[in-house]
Amino acid sequence: MTRPVIELRGTALAFGDRTVWSGLDLTVAAGEFVTVLGPNGSGKTTLLKVLLGIQPLQAGTVRVLGHPPRRGSRALGYVPQQRIVDPATPIRARDLVRLGLDGHRWGPGGPAPRARVDALLAAVGASAYADTPVGLLSGGEQQRVRIAQALASDPAILLCDEPLLSLDLRRQDEVTALIAATCQNTGTAVLFVTHEINPVLPYTDRVAYLGPAGHAVGPADEVLTSAHLTRLYGSPIDVIEAQGRLVIVGDDAHAHHATEDDYEPAGPHPARKPLPRTRRVTRR
Amino acid sequence: MSAGLDWGEVQRQLFDFTDYGELLVLVRGSILAGALLALVGGLVGVFVMQRDLAFAVHGVSELSFAGAAAALLVGIDVAVGSVGGSLVAAVLIGLLGQRARDRSSIIGVLMPFGLGLGVLFLALYPGRAANKFGLLTGQIVAVDTARVTTMTLLTLVVVGGLVAVWRPLTFASVDPEVAAARGVPVRALSLVFMVLLGIAVAMAVQIVGALLVLSLLITPAAAAVRLTASPVWVPVLSVVFAEVAAVGGILLALGSFPVAVVGENPVPISPYITTISFVIYLVARQVGAHQARHGRGLARAA
Repeated sequence: MTRPVIELRGTALAFGDRTVWSGLDLTVAAGEFVTVLGPNGSGKTTLLKVLLGIQPLQAGTVRVLGHPPRRGSRALGYVPQQRIVDPATPIRARDLVRLGLDGHRWGPGGPAPRARVDALLAAVGASAYADTPVGLLSGGEQQRVRIAQALASDPAILLCDEPLLSLDLRRQDEVTALIAATCQNTGTAVLFVTHEINPVLPYTDRVAYLGPAGHAVGPADEVLTSAHLTRLYGSPIDVIEAQGRLVIVGDDAHAHHATEDDYEPAGPHPARKPLPRTRRVTRR
Repeated sequence: MSAGLDWGEVQRQLFDFTDYGELLVLVRGSILAGALLALVGGLVGVFVMQRDLAFAVHGVSELSFAGAAAALLVGIDVAVGSVGGSLVAAVLIGLLGQRARDRSSIIGVLMPFGLGLGVLFLALYPGRAANKFGLLTGQIVAVDTARVTTMTLLTLVVVGGLVAVWRPLTFASVDPEVAAARGVPVRALSLVFMVLLGIAVAMAVQIVGALLVLSLLITPAAAAVRLTASPVWVPVLSVVFAEVAAVGGILLALGSFPVAVVGENPVPISPYITTISFVIYLVARQVGAHQARHGRGLARAA
């Protein structure tokens, strides 16, 4: 077995006196696609920030490519939760990608490494709008550009935080397929935080489920069962398969817009019945 | 001029370019100061747009005015006072207003306080009224060699500082989360920029006055981003627009009111600068809208 690219051992995370998780072990191998699920406030985004070296832990050890997480590491590509880029912001798709290459360096920078930027944009199918201001692109187009930016440093690990948010179903499938294909072609490991289970299930090697009362890591069909999730939530949860899609009933995690901060206390959520195919309203 | 308007007289007053060469020599310092300020304003404006700091510029300029008025009152160099007031405001806004909403309210709190202090200091100041008014609306005529030297030094600091942090500051401004993940010191850069902005505002307060600072720190960059999104052309156009407004405004004013400009009661040159700046913006908006109708992007050339 190849050396794991990510290793978490006995990690614990708390904000103040609220423990978000404890005793979390997670090992990710090169090229593996791990889907991170869980309700709001379960620390999914924070898990990514731990790996980025931005968020310290209360206990346990973390290794990224065998070393403690280091802020600014080029081994990690990061696609943050989507935020609206103002249409008036003077930044084109190719400029955003270029920042992923050398935006952290001092000085004004020389002429853009055009061939490299073009190749990155072509790899995500964004060549057509390379010179368009990012704020004028649709959600799906922006997400492709962000992925190109994250891949600029040839990362060994790609961290994606809710990359499907505010995308319609077709774009969700497209973006997921794009990330999965990158993962396969380059051997990049992917940590994919999402509320949308169904688009990612075909590509998922393992699921890491962070619940209010515990966590579980394993193949999707083992973790995503009624009995298992009921234990992780500490309240009754049903996993239903309908028309080839998984529906989780009894929590609001999969019917909810993940617009709230992930740091929110995970109080008891009112039970909601999500529709089989959750339609997202585009945030505007 | 007896009954009615004597058009010949009006025209002669508005466009009297006799003795223009001699006048130019007299106001060489002003033109140089205007050109330096335009360079700084055009470049700083690019980041003011990116970081949505227009309101902060206005807030800083009011405190810069208070600092300058205090300096006038106690009899020290006005430049020292205006830089001091500017920096205090810029650092306060930078430290307390990391989030956009906090920032707006903090600026809203600081601004009237600064303006009020300035008004008080001016009321206590026994000197010439022209000096007082100049801090608010500009006193570009009275630029001597010492002022030009100060302006040059401040220009070097701001332009040098901006060039040094250009790329990471751009990253931190348009994409703060990824920039932070990439190891860019987002918070520190934010403070560094506020300090550079403070210096730029203080320079502008001495030339175009506290109330008109925005015409050289925002309008040119706002016009530029209407025309292009290129990281090369936005700063270039912004500086060109600022230079046209500042230097063009001074030259135009000289031809229009030669006696008034260099005489006992100088007519402020600022209105010329602000008007040119505004016209450039209007034209840029029109051209930008025209571009948008004929294709999705702004300027596509790099």
